[in-house]
Amino acid sequence: MIEFFELNLYQRAFIAALIIGYLNGFTSAFVLLHRSPLKLAAFSHSLLPGVAIAAYFFTLTAVTAFFGALVAAIIIGVLTILLSRISKIHDETVLAVLYTGAFAIGIMVLWRLGSSQELEKWLLGNIIALSDLDLKMSLVVGFIAVSFLALYRRALVAHLFDTEVAASLGIRTRVLEYLSFVILILVLITTLQAVGCVLAVGLIVTPASIARSFVKTPDALFFLSGIVGAAGCALGLIASYYLDQPAGASITVVLTGGFLLSVLLKLKKGNA
Amino acid sequence: MNCHEHHTLELNGVAHSYGKKLALSEVKFSAQCGQRLALLGPNGAGKSTLIRLLAGLLKKQHGEIIWRGAPLAQARREVAYLPQVDHHQQNFPLRVRDVVEMGRFPHLGHFKRFGKIDSEKTDEAIATMKLEDIADRQIDQLSGGQQQRTYIARALAQEAHIILLDEPFNGLDIESRCHLSASMIELSESGHLIIASHHQLESVTDIFTHALVLDQKQVNFGEAADVMQSKEVKAILHACHPQHSHPVTDPTVTDCCS
Repeated sequence: MIEFFELNLYQRAFIAALIIGYLNGFTSAFVLLHRSPLKLAAFSHSLLPGVAIAAYFFTLTAVTAFFGALVAAIIIGVLTILLSRISKIHDETVLAVLYTGAFAIGIMVLWRLGSSQELEKWLLGNIIALSDLDLKMSLVVGFIAVSFLALYRRALVAHLFDTEVAASLGIRTRVLEYLSFVILILVLITTLQAVGCVLAVGLIVTPASIARSFVKTPDALFFLSGIVGAAGCALGLIASYYLDQPAGASITVVLTGGFLLSVLLKLKKGNA
Repeated sequence: MNCHEHHTLELNGVAHSYGKKLALSEVKFSAQCGQRLALLGPNGAGKSTLIRLLAGLLKKQHGEIIWRGAPLAQARREVAYLPQVDHHQQNFPLRVRDVVEMGRFPHLGHFKRFGKIDSEKTDEAIATMKLEDIADRQIDQLSGGQQQRTYIARALAQEAHIILLDEPFNGLDIESRCHLSASMIELSESGHLIIASHHQLESVTDIFTHALVLDQKQVNFGEAADVMQSKEVKAILHACHPQHSHPVTDPTVTDCCS
């Protein structure tokens, strides 16, 4: 274990794992209560063309990748609403069509760039290769996201529990919905470089699924999900070093294992 | 609970359309705190539209909705909306106490701290609805009747004067229906104005003091007993409830309400 912490590269990756893990864990409580993991999965795939086009036209940095992904998310989001309204086809179906199309365009652009490593990097991420700028961006986005979810927790919980009642209590549910989706997209983009667009979904969904078995209130769910996310990412990173496996995959496997274990524990508790 | 008996709700020429489809028109009545008003009518008559207009969930298009001499929209915190049981998201990690605390939102907004007065109002509402023993239970572990009592407690914690209930007796067993009827009567006697959509015609006069009959427009309004005797009303209501064409008393409600 000492060997792991002596390596500069892994020291930074460990800090990144704690920050990104806590951020995603905390946010995953909202995703669980909102019941939107599949929508998010679709969105995470649609971020790839944004990153690819940013790489094609500009030098690829954390900042250009961030804004490329953000623009892609906005375009896919607006197009989904628009096309769904015009075609009268359910918005999740339209999103599924658009995200696969966008993902394919992303692969084509990255292919044109001629470096298969780039493709792999954005598909699978690399938490060990995060730069200082990446870390700072994670911190800033993390601060904004956690602050938003914590400050508006009372209204968010009422809205997620029963939107109509929340609206009758004077909560602006539509504004809250849009703002929270922007926050989710920001968190996803920050996670992209660490574990890639495919595994990012696991990170923003699984921690709360684990925590849910042990809590009875939304406050406890947010708190425990953050802890589970940070612990899962840190453990996954350490495991990846000793087992010589890709970090993103290792983190995801640890969290998935944690989920299965939590279900077993709940089952055992229920039978006791 | 404060007595608000002289507070009046007045609707004047209220109408609402969804796109080009007129859902409700010519609604004109006034009701006071201390009354229990049943909204009656066939499916699609505009009962839910009227409740949603009063709850502020629909934007008023035509007419006036006046509460205590001013537009109702200026007194949102005085109106509580109770949807049907199980309307909320299932398997949500919330205790009864958490749901009741939500009623304090109009007083606190986003950033005010949940203080002593809020705790007191929550405890008081929980005690009034006799929920102390189950205050720490998860909302989804409760029966329909217990959930209704929790929602009413939320309205009390909100310090609402007008309590709007959407088909409150739907899905409740006999005992819960009796308890809910009793609670509605107690609430109105303590000064609340109760407005509920209702489709069990036999129990209207047992539970409600007044009735408003809708069929995409106002058909009749008045004291419940008078309204239920109107031939026009009978024709509309019994056409959509043919099994009740020979009115009988509903023993499930009248027995326990008498």
